[in-house]
Amino acid sequence: MDAESLLLSLELASGSGQGLSPDRRASLLTSLTLVKRDYRYDRVLFWGRILGLVADYYIAQGLSEDQLAPRKTLYSLNCMEWSLLPPATEEMVVQTSVVKGRFMGDPSHEYEHTELQKMSEGEKVFEEEVVVQIKEETRLVSVIDQIDKAVAVIPRGALFKTPFGPVHVNRTFEGLSLSEAKKLSSYFHFREPVELKNKTLLEKADLDPSLDFMDSLEHDIPKGSWSIQMERGNALVVLRSLLWPGLTFFHAPRTKNCGYIYVGTGEKNIDLPFML
Amino acid sequence: MEDLTSLKQDKENQEPGEAGRPWEEIAAFSQDPESGLSEPLESEQWLETGPQPRSSPPQSPQSRASLPLDDVTGPGAPSPPSPPSPVPEASFIPSTLALAGQQLAASWQSDRTTDVNPKAETPRSHRLEQSSDQGESTAPQTCQSVGDTFQQSQQTERHLYEPEDVSDSNSKQKELRFNIFQEEDSNSNYELDHTESGISEGAPSPLEIAMQNAKAYLLKTSSKSGLNLYDHLSDMLTKVLDERPENAVDIIEGISQDVKMAHFRKKLDTLQNENEMLPIYETAEKQKALFLQGNLEGVDQELEDEIAENSLPNVMESAFYFEQAGVGLGTDETYRIFLALKQLTDTHPIQRCRFWGKILGLEMNYIVAEVEFREGEDEEDVEDEDVTEERDDGDSDAEENDEDELPRTFYKTPQVIPKEENRTGANKYMYFVCNEPGGPWVKLPSVTPAQIVTARKIKKFFTGRLETPIVSYPPFPGNESNYLRAQIARISAGTHVSPLGFYQFGEEEGEEEEEVEGRRDSFEENLDFEGIQVIDLVESLSNWVHHVQHILPQGRCNWFNPMQKSEEEEEEEDEEKEEEKGEEPEFMEQEVGPPLLTPISEDLEIQNIPPWTTRLSSTLIPQYAIAVLRSNLWPGAYAFSNGKKFENFYIGWGHKYSPDNYAPPALPPVYQEYPSGAEITEMDDPSVEEEQAFRATREAAALPVEEMGETEEDEDEDDDSDQE
Repeated sequence: MDAESLLLSLELASGSGQGLSPDRRASLLTSLTLVKRDYRYDRVLFWGRILGLVADYYIAQGLSEDQLAPRKTLYSLNCMEWSLLPPATEEMVVQTSVVKGRFMGDPSHEYEHTELQKMSEGEKVFEEEVVVQIKEETRLVSVIDQIDKAVAVIPRGALFKTPFGPVHVNRTFEGLSLSEAKKLSSYFHFREPVELKNKTLLEKADLDPSLDFMDSLEHDIPKGSWSIQMERGNALVVLRSLLWPGLTFFHAPRTKNCGYIYVGTGEKNIDLPFML
Repeated sequence: MEDLTSLKQDKENQEPGEAGRPWEEIAAFSQDPESGLSEPLESEQWLETGPQPRSSPPQSPQSRASLPLDDVTGPGAPSPPSPPSPVPEASFIPSTLALAGQQLAASWQSDRTTDVNPKAETPRSHRLEQSSDQGESTAPQTCQSVGDTFQQSQQTERHLYEPEDVSDSNSKQKELRFNIFQEEDSNSNYELDHTESGISEGAPSPLEIAMQNAKAYLLKTSSKSGLNLYDHLSDMLTKVLDERPENAVDIIEGISQDVKMAHFRKKLDTLQNENEMLPIYETAEKQKALFLQGNLEGVDQELEDEIAENSLPNVMESAFYFEQAGVGLGTDETYRIFLALKQLTDTHPIQRCRFWGKILGLEMNYIVAEVEFREGEDEEDVEDEDVTEERDDGDSDAEENDEDELPRTFYKTPQVIPKEENRTGANKYMYFVCNEPGGPWVKLPSVTPAQIVTARKIKKFFTGRLETPIVSYPPFPGNESNYLRAQIARISAGTHVSPLGFYQFGEEEGEEEEEVEGRRDSFEENLDFEGIQVIDLVESLSNWVHHVQHILPQGRCNWFNPMQKSEEEEEEEDEEKEEEKGEEPEFMEQEVGPPLLTPISEDLEIQNIPPWTTRLSSTLIPQYAIAVLRSNLWPGAYAFSNGKKFENFYIGWGHKYSPDNYAPPALPPVYQEYPSGAEITEMDDPSVEEEQAFRATREAAALPVEEMGETEEDEDEDDDSDQE
């Protein structure tokens, strides 16, 4: 959710019970403004928080003018002092995929993981147990990256692609109409398209290149990994990710108010097929 | 006069059309200045008449050019010349027409020499302009009062008009004029009258007329789309002014398109709107009832009584504290729920009510209220259900007993553990759910141990519809309402905690109900509770205690010994069954869980993850902060306490946390076949030797009745062999 309209967004997203205490709100409003100034971001999003056992991580993201450019991620434990996280790499994701369980809330905490590695000394090849230490900060980076790639949502038309390539916020976006708001196909993944290139020409024929340049949600796997609900008597549409429980997307149809927030443990729900 | 005669000729040459007539007249009028009767005179006249210079032709020709007029009209239309009809028209016909007429005349002039050449007209019309300008340029000297404004407007007018008249070809102009005529005639008879009268009083200036004409042109509706340019332009400008986009000039095409699109969308919208808005109105209508319910009851003495025996919880107060903790539903929704709870307590005999929480679903959510009925008001319907169930069981048993021939199945369904009575154990409270505040409250059925046991093994999302069947392995006995009830029971048992000392065991009741196992299952509020320091609550988990009974693996809170009942049944039933039971363990160990009011510090860990996280709501102002407790076992369960007060709240999907994946329970063991023993294996058929030997022994034994018996024995043996 946009840091500038944080309060309204929080109110809208409150249906899932995910809120912020008044002191957190106030400090976020203050500190994110400063973040925007100091890091010279075009736009600052309050991304959400990851619940740790000892403390919670508050996450914010800075966007440059091109909305789809790689984002800078910051975290904070007290909502005032923000630290920049390194960009996530494939290696990190692989490395941290072995870690399970809850976050601790201490970025310097190290998970220990023993794995068998093949060592070769001369001609002999034998397996040896190696203790790999993984910092929680690394895990945080990779989890945020995974969530962003999997379930960050933007309604169709909120962004548009300029002829020069960069993607901008669409100022003339007036919100989805009610009938559109009920369909998953009018929501896009807020990331570089992956599936789009694989589409056939026939499928691409109906797409508007300035608007439909991202993947839509309707082809997510497994089918049914989103819960879409109209709340407050159709005045608010709420999408909840079931794959990453805790991610809530809200949009008030016919208004510009939309955004997503993640409040959760930072664990993927791999039991999803059993639960549907 | 040359022109006039030529006109006549032309006129005669032309077919005497009705439409043709006025034009000629106009031509005649407008020709006056053109033919150079006297420009200064003309201008003088303008000055005299002021704002109605061009409308004066009817007068001026009479004074100077009455003859030509008569000449023109007379022969053209020999029957009544009817001056009123052409004259007002002519006067009404604004400057454009005058101009056009001018051009017409010019064309006729040129007819004599060359073909119609639009370009050739331009100088003439310019000349006219010039002439009028000249006329005006002299104006300031004589009457400045009229001059300035008039001049300006006139000039601008001219500018507006010049290009059109000049650039358009004659034929086009004709069309245009026709259109204008038609429109004016059809649309505004009033205007005609007005202008007619205006001649005598103060006729509109040609510029006004020009403007009107231009407007009329712009207002012409397109036969294709039904739009007109005037509205379109004004819409566009309104849009631009409303939205004030940057660089409006760059996107004017887009705006134009948008505006046009909006016209089409509008029609659709009116259709869609009515459909789409309906749900909003419906919910608003429903929720209106919530807000009105206070007014419906008159303010009576009853109200005081009601306040005295108030069963409504203070939802807003706890919501405030939960907001400090960063949990909750937002002020607006909370208040609606508050009102919905009031509705619930008003319509049911409820002694105590609590906002339990909210369970998220795929399509709709559940708002759950935990209530306790007043004594003896809730039992009836529930017991009826039990009776019917028991009867069903009895019937099936009886049917089975009827058949006695073949061996019946030894498999006896495992002892059905009866559910706990209302107001005890897991059924201590009743739960009402609704999908949204304002919706109807639905009472959930009481929970059975089997449902709890099964619910522990499955993990399903709630859909939001209570009748949805739960498709799962192992099969769940019931639909979603039962599953929801079971999850509520589990969550309540796990996460309802209170500060140490807030509740104590009841002095009298507790001891009476104390069972053989030494467990107490009732407690009461400690009136002498002094409160606990918030810091202590945060720092030590042992200051929090469970005040809901632990649910045993059996699915009940209080131990039910399945063996006792089975022994009673055994006495009634056959001996065979006793043998079976003999194989089972005679004595079943009682399951024991932590007793009531056990500190949560004794809760089990989940793989090195502490089951609770405590937090101070604000580190900035610790003196007014509250203690916040978060369950890691049931994500979404929260509790707060400010030392004196406390509350529990759950919001989430209704699932237990586990760091590992959910794995479906293992299949039940495959039943082993009956061991192959003496009862199963058979001997070989009796051989001939054996039978002969047998016969020999028989014969030896029955010597005395040898002869008599042989035949009989033979028959007997045959029978035996047949039988075997």
